[in-house]
Amino acid sequence: MNKFTTFQSRLVPLPVDNVDTDQIIPARFLKTVSKDGLGDQLFYDWRYDAEGKPRPEFILNRPEAKGAQILLAGDNFGCGSSREHAPWALTQFGFRAIISTSFADIFRQNALKNSLLPIMVPRDVHAELFRLVERNPDIEVTVNLADQKLILPDGRVVEFPIDAFSKQCLLEGVDELGYILKREAAIAAYEARRILSINTLSQA
Amino acid sequence: MNRPRTIIEKIWDAHVVCQDSGAPALLYIDLHLVHEVTSPQAFDDLRRRGLRVRRPNLTLATADHNVPTTDRSLPITDPISAKQVAQLEKNCAEFGIPCHSFSSRCQGIVHVIGPELGLTQPGMTIVCGDSHTATHGALGALAFGIGTSEVENVLASQCLLQRKPQTYRVQVDGVLKPGVTAKDIILALIARIGAGGGTGCVFEYCGSTIRSLGMEERMTVCNMSIEAGARAGLVAPDDTTFQYLYGRPFAPKGKDWETALALWHQLPTDEGADYDKAVTIRAEELEPMITFGTSPQMGIPITAPVPDPTKAVDALERDSLTKALAYMDLEPGKPLIGHPIDVVFIGSCTNGRLVDLRAAASVLKGRKVHPRVRTLIVPGSQEVKRQAEAEGLDRIFRAAGAEWRESGCSMCIAMNGDQLKPGEYCVSTSNRNFEGRQGKGGRTFLASPLTAAASAVKGAVADVRTLQ
Repeated sequence: MNKFTTFQSRLVPLPVDNVDTDQIIPARFLKTVSKDGLGDQLFYDWRYDAEGKPRPEFILNRPEAKGAQILLAGDNFGCGSSREHAPWALTQFGFRAIISTSFADIFRQNALKNSLLPIMVPRDVHAELFRLVERNPDIEVTVNLADQKLILPDGRVVEFPIDAFSKQCLLEGVDELGYILKREAAIAAYEARRILSINTLSQA
Repeated sequence: MNRPRTIIEKIWDAHVVCQDSGAPALLYIDLHLVHEVTSPQAFDDLRRRGLRVRRPNLTLATADHNVPTTDRSLPITDPISAKQVAQLEKNCAEFGIPCHSFSSRCQGIVHVIGPELGLTQPGMTIVCGDSHTATHGALGALAFGIGTSEVENVLASQCLLQRKPQTYRVQVDGVLKPGVTAKDIILALIARIGAGGGTGCVFEYCGSTIRSLGMEERMTVCNMSIEAGARAGLVAPDDTTFQYLYGRPFAPKGKDWETALALWHQLPTDEGADYDKAVTIRAEELEPMITFGTSPQMGIPITAPVPDPTKAVDALERDSLTKALAYMDLEPGKPLIGHPIDVVFIGSCTNGRLVDLRAAASVLKGRKVHPRVRTLIVPGSQEVKRQAEAEGLDRIFRAAGAEWRESGCSMCIAMNGDQLKPGEYCVSTSNRNFEGRQGKGGRTFLASPLTAAASAVKGAVADVRTLQ
């Protein structure tokens, strides 16, 4: 995993609540056995028409979205299916952070494992960001994970929450499996002390 | 005396392997269910790192999402789907994981076969790379969906890093009116607390109504916990649970059964235990529910009119409702009853078990589905299919003009050939009405098997209670 560094970017506004992972990447693209090529399929059914041509009105197809690394979305972003293809598609498109008022649990966990930062902000800040970007699509905000700060164009600072463990993993580019495998002795001890037999499938 | 604990905390506490200060707990997983769609990248990464599957005997795979529900004696014709299923079989063979693939007698939707085989047991931790893993909570297990990175973590270590969830009591008391089912309870809960209402929480469903439900109905309720944002939902085990489990292939036998039973009796929430959140529902107040929009929270009693977006208090909520009604091409203020439909889908991990098929058959017996409506009835597993056929349900469905299919996720996820055409309306017993979920441009009304079957007969959204 890459180390998460401070960056500055324009915002891509998507003012919809409950954006589900079926919109982020439709199920028919989940027949793949690899992680590659998903960025082109991001928001496919909102982004392309029936003939596969880009819908010019959809935000990701507009010039102001080009190169932007932050998605600004509605409440409960990433609800629905557990598909990790959703954060894979978002990061392959170029997003590094998503700002919303709340995130679905599984999506949030999946995002953190892929260096995609879910930034939760209060409702008033959220509404103001939408207003600011509507007035001027070129505004930029700064994401500083180390200090847990979102810096608005006028210099105001909004702090955002993240647990210390996830933050450290992102900043250092550590993946969870490495951390877990170092606890081998504890796992073996746990297995040895379990009362009920857990060899469920060995009866087969 | 120890502090009173909920069943959620009891299962959690019993599975914490270790926890570093400031870090999430390392949680031991008793059963890992694997399917073809969310696992290939995890196996690839294991190979890349040179790791093995730590406990293949606590892991079980099946192919369900991406398999056709047509004649099982024929091979999968879509080469991309065939490749993914073949990859699952290859991965399982290489890593020593039991696999009920496409042609197995035990094949089925992963959340149907776990309980059916007796693998799902009270007090267990169960995960699967699928958000409807909460289904297994019906047996008193802590069961939740995970992403592919977490699938890899569990394959390699049998453990997951998890933060302790909040507890949310969902109390349902009273007697359901005729025509109102388990599906209506969960759709009413989601409409009430919203698609994000349970975020960060595990539901415990309790109360006299939940106690009176059979196991398969409890599975329907737990299944859709994720549609209210809760990663898991469970029901404390009781005699209904134990009777369901007894004698199933993987259930403990003889002396082991007695030992297990004694442990399971200790699981229910202690008197006086606190929950972080709670909601109460009166069963008598519930009507058959149906969704009108593109989020499972957009649900209404079947007799109610479609809500008016201009009456929404919040601007984003108003925009979301407007967008949903535009997609569904529905007018606010009008009732859904009588709205013409093109397809009825009865199946899925929500409502693809024997009791669901019996409910549909009770409506379709002696009736015909409307000539305009394509009706797909898809058993949740090969075992469900055999049982339904032994009872003659397949003959009732065929006589009514419905299609009786092979087992799989089918039109719930529409990546296997079963799908809506753009613009079509479907009354579906599945769990998600998201845009395009049942096929690009398709429009979904979520409802119970009774409502779906009644609608198939009428050719339009129908209230089963008024069916002639």
